[in-house]
Amino acid sequence: MTEASYHTAPIPGAPTDGQSALLASDGTPLKTKLRESMRVSRMRAFGLVLPLLLFILASFIIPIIMLLWTGVYNATYAVNMPASAPIMQAWDGESQPTEAMAEAMVLDLVEARKAKTIGKVASRVNRELSGTRSLFTKSARRAAKMEAPFLAALEKADKDWADIETWRAIKIAATSLTPAYYAAAVDAKYTATGDFEMQGEERQIHVKLFWKTIWVSGVVMLACLFLGYPVAYLMSHLPAKTSNLLMILVLLPFWTSLLVRTTAWIAMLQSQGVLNDIFVWIGITSDEQRFSLIYNLTGTLIAMTHILLPFMILPIYSVMRAIPPSHVRAAKSLGATNWTSFWRVYFPATIPGIGAGGLLVFILSIGYYITPALVGGQDGQLISNFIAYHMQKSLNWSLAAALGGILLAIVLILYWLYDRVVGIDNMKLG
Amino acid sequence: MELPPYATLGQKIWHYAFYAICGLIFLFLITPILIIAPLSFNAEPYFSFTEGMLSFDKEAYSTRWYNDILINGMADPEQPRSWSLFWEWLWMALSPVHTAPQGFFTDMWENAQWVRAMKNSFFIGFFATLIATALGTLAAIGLSRAEMPYRGAIMSLLISPLIVPLVITAAGMFYFYSQVGLSQTYIGVILAHAALGTPFVIITVTATLVGFDKSLVRAGASMGAGPAKTFWKIQMPLILPGVVSGGLFAFITSFDEVVAVLFLAGPEHRTIPRQMYSGIREQISPTILAVATILVIISILLLVTMEMLRRRGERLRGIRN
Repeated sequence: MTEASYHTAPIPGAPTDGQSALLASDGTPLKTKLRESMRVSRMRAFGLVLPLLLFILASFIIPIIMLLWTGVYNATYAVNMPASAPIMQAWDGESQPTEAMAEAMVLDLVEARKAKTIGKVASRVNRELSGTRSLFTKSARRAAKMEAPFLAALEKADKDWADIETWRAIKIAATSLTPAYYAAAVDAKYTATGDFEMQGEERQIHVKLFWKTIWVSGVVMLACLFLGYPVAYLMSHLPAKTSNLLMILVLLPFWTSLLVRTTAWIAMLQSQGVLNDIFVWIGITSDEQRFSLIYNLTGTLIAMTHILLPFMILPIYSVMRAIPPSHVRAAKSLGATNWTSFWRVYFPATIPGIGAGGLLVFILSIGYYITPALVGGQDGQLISNFIAYHMQKSLNWSLAAALGGILLAIVLILYWLYDRVVGIDNMKLG
Repeated sequence: MELPPYATLGQKIWHYAFYAICGLIFLFLITPILIIAPLSFNAEPYFSFTEGMLSFDKEAYSTRWYNDILINGMADPEQPRSWSLFWEWLWMALSPVHTAPQGFFTDMWENAQWVRAMKNSFFIGFFATLIATALGTLAAIGLSRAEMPYRGAIMSLLISPLIVPLVITAAGMFYFYSQVGLSQTYIGVILAHAALGTPFVIITVTATLVGFDKSLVRAGASMGAGPAKTFWKIQMPLILPGVVSGGLFAFITSFDEVVAVLFLAGPEHRTIPRQMYSGIREQISPTILAVATILVIISILLLVTMEMLRRRGERLRGIRN
C-alpha cells in the first residue's frame, strides 16, 4: 500500500463525518495537519533541487533557447534600417516599388553609413540574394547626394534597383520574425510572397547532410552492436575474476580522453601509420598503394565506433549478468539446439540492453563534432560540423540556430524514447 | 563458457572461433591506446615506427618529445636546469615571502604552452567540479526523496546536458555568454563545464542513495540530532564514495571537454584538450603523443581510484557479492 492511500483509507471504527474527525494535539484536524506536513517536506525536497535547477536554467537552458530564437527571429535589418523596414514589410512583393519605399531606403542608407552598420545590413540582404552586398555598400556611398525622385536616383546609382527581385530580397530581410532560416535548413526558399519553393538541385546540401549524419550514426550503432554483443556475452559468462580483468580493457578506453583516442587513430590509420605498415609487411598492398583510411568517412566511422563501443558494451553486459543461466539450460533440456536456445530464449532477454546501448550510441553519435572535425576530411563532416562552421566562420548564426533546432528536435525525440524504453533513472556509468 | 566433453567438432570450432573474435575485438579496443606509448619515444619527428625502432636500436628512441612538452613556448629553453635548481625554485615559489627566482623553471611555469594549458585545465576543472559536485549532490538528495514533486520532469531536465549535442550547447552558451560579457573569460568556461558535469554527479549520487538505509537518519534524529547534524554525520559519510566518484566524473568531463572551450575560451584560457586539438590540426608532432601517453597514465590511475571507491562504497553500505 502506498503512503497516500494509507492515510486516506477509512480507519475502522473512527467517525467518518467532518464534525468529529481525529484531532491533533493542538486541536486542528489530523488530515489538515498531515497535509501541511506533507507540503513542508515536499517544499524541502524541492528546495534541495532548486539551486541546481536555477543554475542549469541560467547557464544551459536559457542560452539554448536564446540561440534557437535567433533561428526564427533576426532583426539585423529592422534595427539598422528603421525607416524602410515597416514600409518594406507592408509591401505585397508583387506591385512595382513605390517612391515612398525608395525615399525611406535612401534615408536609411545615409543613416546606416554614418552609423557604420551598412556592412551588417548588406550581408543580411546578401544572404537572400547574392550580389546585393556591393549594391548596398555602393548605393550607401552615393545616398547622401541623392535627391528626389529617389527611385530614379537609386536606379541611376545602380541598375539593380530597377529589378524587383532586389526589393523582394529586402522585404524578406526586413521581416524579423521569419521562417526563412528553417526553410533554408531543409533546402527550401522562403519567397517575398510568402510561399516556399525548393532550392535548385545543386544547392540542396542540408537535407543530404542530415541523412548522412543519421546514416553514419546508424552504421556506428550497428558496428558497436556487432562488436559489443560478443564481448558482453563473453564477459558475462566468464568467472568474475577474469571478467573483471577484461572489464579493465573496456573501461580504459572509456576513461581515456577523446582527443587521446582520436590522436591514437591518426597514428594507427594514416598512410604511413601502423596499420598500413602492417598491410604492406603482410603483402596485402604495395608500398606505393597504401590505403587511405583517415581524413575521410572511413576514418570517422572507425574512430567513432571505437570511441562509442564502451557505451554499447556496458548496458548489454549489465543486462546479461542478470539473466539466470537456468533459462538456457531449461531450453536445451527440452530439446532446443544451441542456436535455438540462444535465439529464442537468451537473445530476447538481452533486448533491453541492446535498446539502451543502441539508443545511447545513436544519440551520442548524431551530435558528434570533434572526431569528424579532426579525422573526417572533406566527406566525413557531419551536421554538427556545419553548425560550428556557421557559428564561427560564416557567422550566419540564424542558419546555425535553425540547423541546431532540427538536430535538437531529433535528439529530444530519441531522448524521450530512451526515457520510455530504459528510464533515465537506470542510466549507469561504468 | 566451458566446452562439454561431448561437443561435436563443429561446436569446438565455433567455440574457439568465438574466443578468437572476442580477442580481436579487445585488440581493437586497446591497441590504439597502447600503441601511442612506444610511438611517443620516437627519436624522429614522425607519427609512425621507424626502421630503427622496429629493430630495437637504442638510438631510435629518445625522450625529446617529453622534454618538448616542458620547453615548447619558453622564452629561453637553453637556461641551466638541474634538480637542485628545481627544488630551490619550488621552495621559493611556494613560500609566502619569497618570490620565485628568474631562471629556467620560472620561464617554464610562465611561458611553456603545455604547462600553461595544464594550469588552465586544473584551474577550470577544479572550480567546475566544485560547483557541479555541491549543487549536484544537494539535488540528488532532493530527487531521491519520495515526496519530491515533478520528479521525472525535473530529472530529465537536469540530465539533459549529457544528451544535448555539445555543439548546440556550446553554440548557445557562446551566443548568450557573449551578450552578458562572459565569453572569453574563465568564468564562462567554468560555468559551461559545471553544467556539463552535473548530470554525472546526479547519476552517481542517486545510484548510491538507492542503497541508503533511511532509518539511519531517523535513528539519528530520534536521538536529538538536527537535520544538519544527521546530514553531515550520518548521510554524508555513507554516500561519500558516490559523491567522490561523481566529482571525479565531473572533473574528467571538464578535463576532457574541448567543444565548449573552442567556442568560449580565448587564447589565454587554452586547456590541454584545446592545445591538443590545435596541435592535431596545425603542426602534428610527436609531442602530442607524449602528452597523450601521460594522459593515458592519468586515466589508468583514475580507473583504479574509481574501482577502489566502488568497492569501498559497497562495503560501507553492506552490499556483498
